[in-house]
Amino acid sequence: MYYRQKHLLAIQGLEPPAINQLLDLAESYVLLNRSGKTQRDLLRGRTLINLFFEDSTRTRTSFELAGKRLGADVINMSVSTSSVSKGETLIDTAATLNAMHCDLLVVRHDQSGAPNLLAQIVDAAVINAGDGTHEHPTQALLDALTIKRRKGRIAGLTVAICGDIAHSRVARSNIHLLTTMGCQVRVVGPPTLIPAEVADLGVTVFHDMPRGLAGADVVMMLRLQRERMSRGQVPSAREFFRFYGLDHEKLAYAKPDAIVMHPGPMNRGVEIDSAVADDKLRSVIKEQVEMGVAVRMAVLDILSRDHRRNEP
Amino acid sequence: MNPDTLFSGLRILAAGIDLHGDLLVRDGRIHDFGQALGRPDSATLIEAEGAILCPGLIDMRAALGEPGFEYRETIASAALAAAAGGITTLAALPDTNPAIDDPALVQLLRTKGEQTGSLTILPYGAVTSGCRGEELAEIGLLHEAGAVAFTDGTRTIGPARLMRLALSYAKGFGARIVQHPEDPSLAAGGTATETEQSTRLGLPGIPAAAEAIIVARDIRLAELTGGAVHFAHVSTAEALALIRTAKANGLSVTCDTAPPYFDLNETSIGDFRTYAKLSPPLRKEQDRRAVVAALADGTIDAIASDHQPRDADDKRQPFALASAGGTGLATLLAITLAHVHNGSLSLAAALDLLTARPAALLGVETGRIAKGAPADLCLFHPDRIWQVESGRLPGKAQNTPFDGRALEGVVLGTWKRGKRVFG
Repeated sequence: MYYRQKHLLAIQGLEPPAINQLLDLAESYVLLNRSGKTQRDLLRGRTLINLFFEDSTRTRTSFELAGKRLGADVINMSVSTSSVSKGETLIDTAATLNAMHCDLLVVRHDQSGAPNLLAQIVDAAVINAGDGTHEHPTQALLDALTIKRRKGRIAGLTVAICGDIAHSRVARSNIHLLTTMGCQVRVVGPPTLIPAEVADLGVTVFHDMPRGLAGADVVMMLRLQRERMSRGQVPSAREFFRFYGLDHEKLAYAKPDAIVMHPGPMNRGVEIDSAVADDKLRSVIKEQVEMGVAVRMAVLDILSRDHRRNEP
Repeated sequence: MNPDTLFSGLRILAAGIDLHGDLLVRDGRIHDFGQALGRPDSATLIEAEGAILCPGLIDMRAALGEPGFEYRETIASAALAAAAGGITTLAALPDTNPAIDDPALVQLLRTKGEQTGSLTILPYGAVTSGCRGEELAEIGLLHEAGAVAFTDGTRTIGPARLMRLALSYAKGFGARIVQHPEDPSLAAGGTATETEQSTRLGLPGIPAAAEAIIVARDIRLAELTGGAVHFAHVSTAEALALIRTAKANGLSVTCDTAPPYFDLNETSIGDFRTYAKLSPPLRKEQDRRAVVAALADGTIDAIASDHQPRDADDKRQPFALASAGGTGLATLLAITLAHVHNGSLSLAAALDLLTARPAALLGVETGRIAKGAPADLCLFHPDRIWQVESGRLPGKAQNTPFDGRALEGVVLGTWKRGKRVFG
């Protein structure tokens, strides 16, 4: 089944053909972007609204660039979540957006499921750009594209996702995508940051880095929010770094050619050592950013195809 | 003087009674019942092929929108929904605004119930002032004014010392403390049972153990104080096992559950369906099955609606921000009957859980069929089908977790003190 949904709300539920279709299309956009050419007629006259209830410079910029490269009119809306009751804002904003005849709506929200709620109300195709601790589907797609280009394949690889799994939407989307595509997925972190019954999602749980990283092809680090320390889920940043921060010593347990990924923004010296983050032989963090634009172009392309087809 | 009503040729079912015959209502009371009663002149005749006449249902746990949340539901609207559900007596939670922590408010609710003409409201008194969980409310004065038992509603009486005091003090008035068993610190910020599903959805979880922890503690405190504790809407296997043991040990421990906890499981949340957001949250399938088993073996003393009216704005929110609670008045009987139809519960046991047993807990004379007892009656057809549809339920609140459910069991009529109030 190729991609048939109106929205992109989650990776969970997508089948390999739909994922491959998105990745193949994204790959063609990588080549296009590198060649310096553009395709500004594809989304000409379409309105893309970046609706961000949570700050995110890099994801918003990536979607903005993707939309502009395809010729869409891009509008950025940042909505303060503190001003009014959040739910009212969401419903009211949706009504406003409908009146504006927005075609593609990119949403980031601090509440899990907020894009699902919006998708029920607005006419636009909704793209989840990160909702609470639920999913961040385009991040998982760009991670998959990065892995595929570096490793030549996705199926059969061993991927270790490390750190704060419990509060990570990136981890959830990656778990769904990578297990669907045939990877051996491990999650590595202190028990307080591993969500309930996560093994039922098809992953293996580790609480120490040497065993968790042993033989891994890909090491995916996650951002650790400072809030985890204040809420007592981790005693201190230095203790976290000692046991779960990725330095070259721990990376040595992975395969010699293992790549290191991070969705950004990084907390250097907390979950990742600068020496690893900047290691050009191992770190693909900058490449992830490049893949992000291409993946988002592919998503915008696919989700607007029905509309384009229906036009005279 | 009201004319008599003769129910003729029906199955009459109540605690200790199961017969096919007639029942005569005179002056608001059950005058007689048995086989082939004569029809007095001018008596209204009620006949219904295949229908069952039982006592009006006693719902021992429901929130009303009054006072303070009239936008959700008024007492008049709740009374309509109750009558449509065959409910003639309802115990109302005190965590309103203001909370029912003053004798005048107890009297107000009782009077408002009388004014509906169809529903007896039995107010719960607040355990603590304002249901804030700090200092004890005037339990004695509230009791004297007619509070049936004491609870802080959907708020757990958290500190062990406070619960000890409440159990101990209420014991002096022979009053029961009704607990919402959920450890507040474990549940803080949580919106769904902590399972694979909450992990998938990225929703902050509440471990099922949060219920058992409070149940275990409060059983121990009931033992310490000699007080009577009642656990509301019990939803987990572990808590039920603790209650079963406490009962076997002769402690004054009772409990109820509500239809969502024996009819639904966590999967009803699906893709963030806020109508299925309840407190306590829907559980795993094995817990649901344990609740069914505890209904069948008698561990659970009553089925209550756990009615919590909400309006669209309370629910049209991202899941974690949406208000927890579902309506339950109109569906109480039919959801219970679904578990009679599927063989997990006998009809007699199901009706006892909805009538005689909660009546005994609340100390009221209704909930039974006896000569001279108030003629609060419910007539229903056990097999007739209908579908739950949010937007078309009786009363104002439409936030049912059972939306779309096809059910067998239709209330044909409800009588309050001999007067027909529904059907």
